[in-house]
Amino acid sequence: MVVKNVSKTVTSPEGKLTILSDIDFIVTKGESVAIVGASGAGKSTLLGLMAGLDTTSTGKIFLNGHDLSDMDEDGRADVRAKNVGFIFQSFHLIPSLNALENVMLPLELVGKPSAKKIAQEILFELGLKQRISHYPHQLSGGEKQRVAIARAFASEPTVLFADEPTGNLDTKTGENIMKTMFKLNQESTTTLILVTHDKALASMCKREIVLDAGLLVKDSK
Amino acid sequence: MRVYWLRTVNRKMKLLVFALRAFYRQIRSGEVIVLIVAISLAVASLTAVGFLTDRISISIERQANELLAADLRIRSPEKIPTTWLEIASEQGLDVALTQSFPTVIYAGSKSALATIKAVSENYPLRGKVRISETQYGDEYVTQSMPNQNSAWVDSALLSRLKAKIGDIISIGNNDFRIDAVLRYRPDQSIGFASLAPTILVNIAAIPSTKLITEGSRVNYSLLVAGEEQLLEEYTKDISVLMTESARISDRSDSNERTNQTINRSQQFLSMTAIISILLSAIAIAMSARRFMKRRMDTVALMKSLGAKKQFVVNVMSLQLIMIGLVGVVLGCIMGFVVENAVSNILAELFSGDLPKPSMKPLKIGFLAAFILLPGFAFPSLLQLCETSPLRVLRRDTMPAPPSQIMIGGSAVVAIGLLLYYLIGDGYLLSIIMIGTVVISVLLYLVGRILVSLLSRMRGNIGAAWRYGLANISRRGRESAIQIVAFGLGITVLLLLSFIRNDLLEGWQETLDENTPNYFLINIQPEQTLEVENIFKQNNIASPDFVPLVRARMSFINDTNVKSMVYPDERGKWMANREANLSWSNSINASNKLIKGNWWSEDYKGTPLVSVEEGAAQDMGVSIGDTLTFLIAGEEVKTTIANIRQVDWNSFQPNFFMVLSSNALESFPMTFITSLRLDNDKSNVLSLLSEAFPTISIIDLEPILQQVRQIIEKVSLAIQIVFIFTMAAGVTVLFSAVHSTIDERRFESALLRAVGMKKRMILMSLLSEFSAIGFAAGLLAATGSSILAWQIAERLFDLQYVFSFSLWLKGLLGGLMLVCISGYFATRVAIKSPPIIVLRNN
Repeated sequence: MVVKNVSKTVTSPEGKLTILSDIDFIVTKGESVAIVGASGAGKSTLLGLMAGLDTTSTGKIFLNGHDLSDMDEDGRADVRAKNVGFIFQSFHLIPSLNALENVMLPLELVGKPSAKKIAQEILFELGLKQRISHYPHQLSGGEKQRVAIARAFASEPTVLFADEPTGNLDTKTGENIMKTMFKLNQESTTTLILVTHDKALASMCKREIVLDAGLLVKDSK
Repeated sequence: MRVYWLRTVNRKMKLLVFALRAFYRQIRSGEVIVLIVAISLAVASLTAVGFLTDRISISIERQANELLAADLRIRSPEKIPTTWLEIASEQGLDVALTQSFPTVIYAGSKSALATIKAVSENYPLRGKVRISETQYGDEYVTQSMPNQNSAWVDSALLSRLKAKIGDIISIGNNDFRIDAVLRYRPDQSIGFASLAPTILVNIAAIPSTKLITEGSRVNYSLLVAGEEQLLEEYTKDISVLMTESARISDRSDSNERTNQTINRSQQFLSMTAIISILLSAIAIAMSARRFMKRRMDTVALMKSLGAKKQFVVNVMSLQLIMIGLVGVVLGCIMGFVVENAVSNILAELFSGDLPKPSMKPLKIGFLAAFILLPGFAFPSLLQLCETSPLRVLRRDTMPAPPSQIMIGGSAVVAIGLLLYYLIGDGYLLSIIMIGTVVISVLLYLVGRILVSLLSRMRGNIGAAWRYGLANISRRGRESAIQIVAFGLGITVLLLLSFIRNDLLEGWQETLDENTPNYFLINIQPEQTLEVENIFKQNNIASPDFVPLVRARMSFINDTNVKSMVYPDERGKWMANREANLSWSNSINASNKLIKGNWWSEDYKGTPLVSVEEGAAQDMGVSIGDTLTFLIAGEEVKTTIANIRQVDWNSFQPNFFMVLSSNALESFPMTFITSLRLDNDKSNVLSLLSEAFPTISIIDLEPILQQVRQIIEKVSLAIQIVFIFTMAAGVTVLFSAVHSTIDERRFESALLRAVGMKKRMILMSLLSEFSAIGFAAGLLAATGSSILAWQIAERLFDLQYVFSFSLWLKGLLGGLMLVCISGYFATRVAIKSPPIIVLRNN
């Protein structure tokens, strides 16, 4: 993953607002990177740009060789479908789908024929065998996040983006979730890019990038 | 090429499978139930109203068919070939035969001119014959026809012959016993062409009279009745075989008076169906909006997981189609069940003769869902598909709202298309569309003004009101849209209530207690004074005597009427028949000039003529054209000076052609008049017929009764339909509030979490709904008053009287309806435990 001189500015009623300024770094395959910083430092914005959810104002982002800055929305969606997995703070499970169906969703989107089998296997592996037909509102916070992890890893992504994955969980559950995530990361050689303001969590990653007021102030590499 | 094709099919199949799975899951989780229920209710109310109006319309039409004594009548001066009967019987239609001809009959030393009406046993196919034992005694319905030796005689003829029941009359070579007084037969014409009174006899007895020989002037009729589709097929088959002299008639040719009533009834029923459509449209729009809003997170997630925009558009569109299909099927079933239940109740009131409905309402239900759903959901669908995947990280990322022009435009196009398919009347459509658009824009603008005014009032009121008003102000655009939805819903409900009450009353009043119930015709000029004296002696106000001259039209402009090409078949009949002309130097009170001017009282120029609107249309003539009449061997060339609309329901003597007096004064004439005679004065009729046997008295009561019955049936039908439409209206209001339920549930939980009491939250919600309801009610009252005025005066030709109650209903109704439906819709939101709501959010 290459982030090259990336800036993001938005227009607000008060005028132009720079959220990210001249960010530049490279993440290699299988690496685990924590992007840390105070609230409003631009962590989630950077994550959104790296995952192709948003476009840069200047600079370029390459994901697995694809120049996201040159692509339209559909092009970026295609890259995400083949390369990206997500884990969110608020889980983002679809309330009308049960655990199994939520995990099947990204597989169905790319038309994988054995979506159900793959989803079942990964849910079993994460200890959710008894929960596969449960709906999100019937699951605890930890279970919801494990389903989200299962969904993220089911499509075997090149890069996994996690946005405050333990933010809605208690400490113990958060630790378990992180252990699971790192275990899967190591097993599948997926690159992990994690946004957090939790120092303990960040320390579990091999590399730490610190943002402050939209500027990259520290890269532990 | 083949590989590409296979890949495309494969992609489409995957898409369909994905959409189907997603739809199945949503159904299972209950997510799409609200939208399906809205569509089902809309389709159900539309099909139920459609089925009902369809059946009632058929029933009313059948009643009108009584005037032909059948659904279809074929008249010919030649004997009806047996093959025509055989074809009808083969197609499963009922048939009857009649013959009518004038002849002189004898009773002892007395003789009189009469019209012999010979009928087969199963006559009439529609309507009933009524007879009595004495001349003006109680009449009753009879199922059987006279036997071969008996005759039923018109009371005027009995007076002329000085005969009574049991006497023998001679018709040709045969004698008949007078068995009853003929009081009413369904196909008795109240036109003035056949003035001789009628004798009803059995058709089997005619050969023995030896009256019909070669060259006799006989009108042969074949009466046919049955299902509409069979009749259409029969008409097609028989038209090929018919000779030029034969004429086929259905109810549209039967009678101006009942036609006018039927057209008005159908307009009333169509109005209620249109109102149902408007209500359904609002319900679908509100539910579709909520459905789309709730899909935003899912779409953002799908996009973040790699779904392309086109895929999202396709999936959402497919889901809408599936929702529509399920809604339509459920709605049609519901509509059919409800209609069936209501028809069972109605059947008793309609004397059990409600016919089967056609399948058209199902088609309308289907079309309504599939025109309204995309029409109203399309802008929301576009907005939904524009949802940025970034929303998975920032929930406040909202797609740009669709433009007002797009929202309004697609709604107007959808409703316009549907209504045009339904009513096919550009004028009515434009009134409804312009009215709806003007009211919507007005409501929206006033809604916005109100929202900004309310936000300034917050400082000086209690906490509950402050929070309620703050809600309106905070949801600025949403609140204004809600005012539009409520306002439109209340407008159509008010309009419906107006149609039901004021318009129906206005219509019923057109047949008040002063409506004439007798026509006197064939009054000689020298008899008018004596007739007037008889009235005076019996304390009856003397009626106006209207002159009548018999004529034949010979030329239209300079073309012979026989060789003219007419825009309508009826025009040919109108121009070629023996016409009744009248003259007048002023327009009759029951007529309205629609084109041109009336001539002056002392007009002495070239003869002018005023033509009735329908006749002018059917013959294809207009102001300035010339009509030449042959009167007593003399040609009179007239120029059309004006076109006039006739209120045939006034039951006054009215004419298709009225000439300037200088055109007709010198020709032989008779007079006609209409008058109101109550039962206690009916002895005057005996006096009149004894003193002037040549004057024919025509009892209009059967026709009046027929018109009254149609009005009563329609009133009843509209009241029943009203209940349904009212229910649909309340559903609309409910879904309007329900569309904000998620937001309200969360806010209520938040407020309760910070310590606000349930009662206070409820009060604040009610104050919000009160303000919205009041604004919507006020504007709906204004809008519906304007629409009601236009509909009454332009569409139904009834005078509009400003209705204060309509205003009051609008204000109070708006307030109550919005508050009640608001309370029920948000009750769940207030009661939900805050912790569950906050956690699930």
